[in-house]
Amino acid sequence: MSEKVKVTIDGITVEVEPGTTILNAARQIGGDIVPPAMCYYSKLEGSGGKCRTCIVKVSKGSEKDPRPMPKLVASCRTTVMDGMEVQNITSPEVIEARSGVVEMLLINHPLDCPVCDQAGECDLQNLGYEHGLQKTRYEFERRTFERIDIGDKIQLHMNRCILCYRCVFTADQITNKRVHGILNRGDHSEISTYIQTAVDNDFSGNVIDVCPVGALTDKTFRFKNRVWFTKPVDAHRDCPTCSGKVTLWYKGEDVLRVTARKDIYGEVEEFICNTCRFDKKKTADWTIEHPTHISDTSVISANHYETLIPLPVIQEDLRLQEANKVELEKTAKF
Amino acid sequence: MARKLLLEHINVPGINTLDVYRQKGGYRAVEKALKTLTPDEVVEEVKKSGLRGRGGAGFPTGMKWSFLAKPEGVARYLVCNADESEPGTFKDRYLMTHIPHALIEGMIVSSYALGAKTSYIYVRGEMMPQIRILERAIAEAKAAGFLGKNILGSGYDLELYVQPGGGAYICGEETALLESLEGKRGNPRIKPPFPAIAGLYGCPTVVNNVESIAAVVPIINDGGDEYMKIGIGRSTGTKLISASGNLVRPGVYEIELGLPVEEFIYSDEYCGGIANGKRLKATVAGGSSVPVLPANLTLKLANGEPRLMSYESLSEGGFATGTMLGSGGFIAFDEDQCIVRNTWNFSRFYHHESCGQCSPCREGTGWMEKVLHRLEHGHGKMSDIDLLVDVSKKIEGNTICPLGDAAAWPVASAIRHFRDEFEWHVKEPIKSLQGNYGIANYAVPIAKAEVKQEN
Repeated sequence: MSEKVKVTIDGITVEVEPGTTILNAARQIGGDIVPPAMCYYSKLEGSGGKCRTCIVKVSKGSEKDPRPMPKLVASCRTTVMDGMEVQNITSPEVIEARSGVVEMLLINHPLDCPVCDQAGECDLQNLGYEHGLQKTRYEFERRTFERIDIGDKIQLHMNRCILCYRCVFTADQITNKRVHGILNRGDHSEISTYIQTAVDNDFSGNVIDVCPVGALTDKTFRFKNRVWFTKPVDAHRDCPTCSGKVTLWYKGEDVLRVTARKDIYGEVEEFICNTCRFDKKKTADWTIEHPTHISDTSVISANHYETLIPLPVIQEDLRLQEANKVELEKTAKF
Repeated sequence: MARKLLLEHINVPGINTLDVYRQKGGYRAVEKALKTLTPDEVVEEVKKSGLRGRGGAGFPTGMKWSFLAKPEGVARYLVCNADESEPGTFKDRYLMTHIPHALIEGMIVSSYALGAKTSYIYVRGEMMPQIRILERAIAEAKAAGFLGKNILGSGYDLELYVQPGGGAYICGEETALLESLEGKRGNPRIKPPFPAIAGLYGCPTVVNNVESIAAVVPIINDGGDEYMKIGIGRSTGTKLISASGNLVRPGVYEIELGLPVEEFIYSDEYCGGIANGKRLKATVAGGSSVPVLPANLTLKLANGEPRLMSYESLSEGGFATGTMLGSGGFIAFDEDQCIVRNTWNFSRFYHHESCGQCSPCREGTGWMEKVLHRLEHGHGKMSDIDLLVDVSKKIEGNTICPLGDAAAWPVASAIRHFRDEFEWHVKEPIKSLQGNYGIANYAVPIAKAEVKQEN
């Protein structure tokens, strides 16, 4: 391997492999200095560069060429150079430009969080909370679209879409045929499938997980509950098509929703198949591991527990207790 | 009479055919380059000439060529950007319509210099007649042995193709053009990598404007040194200017760079002054993307010296008092034109042409268009003017490609120089619907002194 390169982000120096992007270098440091990313997705090749929320200022290009970069750059697509100095939250210019981007993202967003299934785990909601203004300066009618069903399990609510292209990359990378893409251009662009056909693939449900907003929602979970009333639990099953590692979202005894496990940046660890996601909604289908760790800052944590108290359904059923014996005896620590 | 290099024989009947073009000295550059020069010597000549890209950015062409990566065993491409869609610019169409062989000759020489075995001319979809003209000319050139295998016995092979675009302004951006040429949706790519490293089909590619490529022909014929003598300072050679608007004689003119703007507008050799005896109110000097200037700043610099038609002189004073040469789309407005309406019109264009890939441009262009629509139609508010400035600032520099900047600059500059006209639209909505603000003090030289004090 070639030599590691040094990069300083907001005064914190880190050594990373050459070819790492500024965003990934920042993620290695972690904490507040990580730029938000709405369109970049580390598991999707070619993603990033579009939403512009991750813009940062490069105040020193590199050791060899110390000139600063003339414009703010998208940190998800700019690779680090040795000796590069980057300003993210320490630069007022970046903060202002980012709040400008957030404002742009919100002007055509319906802000229907009270009826949106994504509320509570929405990247745009978090971003709006951090950077958004309290009042909009946009006084015109927002653009609207009809809702489209992509297959019988996924619904596309184009009004909420921020055109991050993540689902397009997902659909491109899980299937051989190009069936899912963008129609039209400018602010009337819309995500669509080829003449409204379904994305016919075992992994098509992952477009729901990659969507940073509530544009693509799970029809089996639609309007069932608010995410902060549900309790996430990590579980697995022996699945022939995927890894079978998922998060189950419980309300009482019922599994309302199955999603892939997500890391702290909201990215799935492994893509899961549609059978796991849509069809296996009984506790008996799964081996429970432990409660999913939820960040304290998330609204979901408000009603959440960190140690495993066996669910009522397990407490009553000896067979289930036996099946989950190992997991139940574990002391979950985070 | 100023020297003409590109349009010298424009009025010769039949110049669009190979025979007549040959009689007038055509394809001398191909013979000279392929028989007596190495590819590197051709690049050297172009570098020496100081030729700058004619498509808008003004990046030195020779330098661009020398950046082209040349890995072993990988094809290299030359792509000619004939997707001319900038409002106010129509020079490339004129050149292709009347002297298609000048472009083809330039393509052969340039491809030879870059070592490209396949080259493309990407023509805007709406220019179907020009596409047919080019295809006919390519067939003629091929029959005469200037294209195909073993050109003129030099052992150099070149295939030249014409590709019609789908008619999107954004495909004039070089990476969007390459995407479109590959058969994909014309979205600009995120740079780096630049096309010189990974362009068409991932191979090193150079994308040049029609006029830049055509200008290679006189450079090879006469030598780079000779070409450099024309023009002023770092703006060398001649430039095609598409003059439009309220002029006595609008049209395409070939000028030597360094011509005073005043002479260009008022002399009988060029535009012949403002039509119908009106006075000049404002100009857009380089196509719709560049800042608009009031008459007084168009003709004179902030320090009172005459402004010249050159890359440097037009951008003198930065964006506070200057503009850009851009692609040479010169639009003149007389005293009866409304700047607000014109700004709205430009804004509407950028809103329509934004590709929708990155958020500031996708949402911001539409927002500016809506606010300007409101101002123009008498429903504006005073706060709208500052809002526009703020929105344009948030778009500028934060986008993937320069379309965001191009959308922001005309709005920001119109408000910078014509703020009182915008305010008049808010204060007098009924009057603004019936009449025009008029010339006000936009042509009065006093403004210069004010600007001087500020500096």
